Amino acid sequence: MSGTKKETGFTFTIDGVEITAYAGQTIMEAADEAGVYIPRLCDHEGLRHQGSCRVCTVKAGGRSVAACTQPAAPGQAVENETPRLTKMRRDLVEMLFHEGNHLCPICEASGNCELQAMAYRLDMTEATRFPYLEPCRALDASHPDIALDTNRCISCGRCIRASQDVDGKGIFGYVGRGIHRRVAVNGENLADTDAEVTDHAISAEVCPVGCIIRKRVGFAVPIGEREFDHGLIGHDIEEKRK
Amino acid sequence: MAEPRLIEISPVTRVEGHGKVTIHLNAENEVDEARLHIVEFRGFERFIRGRLMWEVPVIVQRLCGICPVSHHLAAAKAMDMIAGVDQLTPTAEKMRRLMHYGQVMQSHVLHFFHLAAPDLLFGFGAPAEKRNIFEVIKENPELGKRAILMRKYGQEIIEATAGKKVHGTGAIPGGINRNLPIERRDHFLASVDQMIEWSLDAVKLAKDYTLEHEDLVAEFGSFPSNYMSLVRESDGALDLYHGNLRALSSTGDMIFDQVPYTKYHELIVEDVRSWSYMKFPFIKTLGSDAGWYRVGPLARMNTAAFIDTALANAALKDLKAVTCGTPNNSTLANHWARMIEVLHCVEKIRELLNDPDLQGTDLIVKGDRREEGIGVIEAPRGNLIHHYKVDEHDQVTYCNLIVSTTHNNEGMNRAVKDVAVKHLSGKEQITEGMLNHVEVAIRAYDPCLSCATHALGQMPLQVELFNADGALVDSRTQCV
Repeated sequence: MSGTKKETGFTFTIDGVEITAYAGQTIMEAADEAGVYIPRLCDHEGLRHQGSCRVCTVKAGGRSVAACTQPAAPGQAVENETPRLTKMRRDLVEMLFHEGNHLCPICEASGNCELQAMAYRLDMTEATRFPYLEPCRALDASHPDIALDTNRCISCGRCIRASQDVDGKGIFGYVGRGIHRRVAVNGENLADTDAEVTDHAISAEVCPVGCIIRKRVGFAVPIGEREFDHGLIGHDIEEKRK
Repeated sequence: MAEPRLIEISPVTRVEGHGKVTIHLNAENEVDEARLHIVEFRGFERFIRGRLMWEVPVIVQRLCGICPVSHHLAAAKAMDMIAGVDQLTPTAEKMRRLMHYGQVMQSHVLHFFHLAAPDLLFGFGAPAEKRNIFEVIKENPELGKRAILMRKYGQEIIEATAGKKVHGTGAIPGGINRNLPIERRDHFLASVDQMIEWSLDAVKLAKDYTLEHEDLVAEFGSFPSNYMSLVRESDGALDLYHGNLRALSSTGDMIFDQVPYTKYHELIVEDVRSWSYMKFPFIKTLGSDAGWYRVGPLARMNTAAFIDTALANAALKDLKAVTCGTPNNSTLANHWARMIEVLHCVEKIRELLNDPDLQGTDLIVKGDRREEGIGVIEAPRGNLIHHYKVDEHDQVTYCNLIVSTTHNNEGMNRAVKDVAVKHLSGKEQITEGMLNHVEVAIRAYDPCLSCATHALGQMPLQVELFNADGALVDSRTQCV
């Protein structure tokens, strides 16, 4: 952060911790810089904010707002890790498990999956209490180097934004409405697009789950060396405060 | 005159999986028919279709929680073939072998001490409440302690090589995803000699039981059969991880030898019977009546020319001496064979731990893609065959699994009938202890019924007794 920015900053609090923010920053951006983790799934560094998963919901000025899109305001008292908000986030994550087919024991993203890691962070120690919808979704393995297992998609739209805004391709988009809204490829299948493994949208960090898969590298990282084997999701942000 | 009856044992206990036994008694209380039924749904061969080839070793191991490593490695070997890899790096192959020896060790220890020992120590007809591992521990605390610590050692070997004690991810197409760090090696080396000493004691225990109960072992569920297993390619030695197929007759005549396992389908055919989800394989050239065979520890002792570890080989010579070098057909001798394999595995583990290749960093090989792969391994319970076809998109289009318990299906059914005829025929009153004799015969094969039917859900075992009209007269259901 530049010295100039610091001079024009203001402060607000998250769960009583004083945070410095700068004009134009969202609550989440300021919190990240200060080492305060606000859970999120659809938001990802380098992509424009969307505010759709609502996992980052915080209380600000008595209202529930998405921390990834809500600008920080001087003097504001933000609630983040209250029992009520944590329960709401856990409910949202449970609903994601209920909507898709998330078989962690056989998924190559296990240990690197943000959905799984978020469930652990939010203390979701049992299967979702909502009845599984068990949707019938196809696995698209048509591309020689990439596969899409939409059983695991949580419709976060990170791949859509990465493809459009970073790669300039528009390989992915939303189709359907309401509960039926899903991420799909703009073509018959993935082989029908100009997707490449070097695309940012295809990179492992953009897809938070095991939906977008680089072929023939699954399970190459041993248990114990996967991203979330080392700590809870958000530990990298929280370590800034230590 | 007594009414004809049907006895049902359901579930059969202290085995992995859910099965039941039905015994038909005629009006003279003689056994007309006795069968082991596997009544679970067979699913994995179907729902693995469409999945991606590198997922297969991780998915199919979920068939079983007792010896998932066997499925993991058999599938990985098949995927090596599909990935175009015929030779792994030394580190990859030795890590996989270490995983496998740890697995066979822990599985055999579990079976012998936790599942079979109550029958052997207290007698087949002992009260049901006596026949469990807790009573074994109460009666012989040192034996119980060893059972737990030996199994722990094998499980920790699995964890070090696969990442988890159950359902890990170590083997991947073309290799392995980790090596063995020095500190883990030293941890295992510190107690490996203790494990060998305890294994020697376990071999003695099983041997003494077999020799002290010579008459019982000779007649209990025993009958001649063919035997099949992998043997080492170069010299026919016991090899649990890799080799060629060998089959012997009950008198030791070679039926086939050193046949690459990729040709298994030219040798074996599977028969289907309406009353069981488990198929009945047989050697094609001999036909279904004469061609059925047995696999497992005793089969391997029968087919192996020798064992390439000194202590286990000496133990094998003792076993072979009982039948003057010809195949041993005694079902209960499986326990002795199983403990010889535990000793062999621990010797192999010690050998590998002293091999610096385990700390190598060359873990994966790549090759030219193929569309079909077959992986065969000697699992704790016997020969295990995994066969897959994969399309150009890396998706599985075909899967055939022949697991150890399926190979032993005919043998187990014959053992059930043999024991039922000898111990139940002509008896007015059928007691729980008598029915346990039937279970003891099944247990000697250490069957994994869920593996054999690729089943889902919980699976205990049951025995049923039917009368001559086919009506159910009596049944016993035991909780696992």
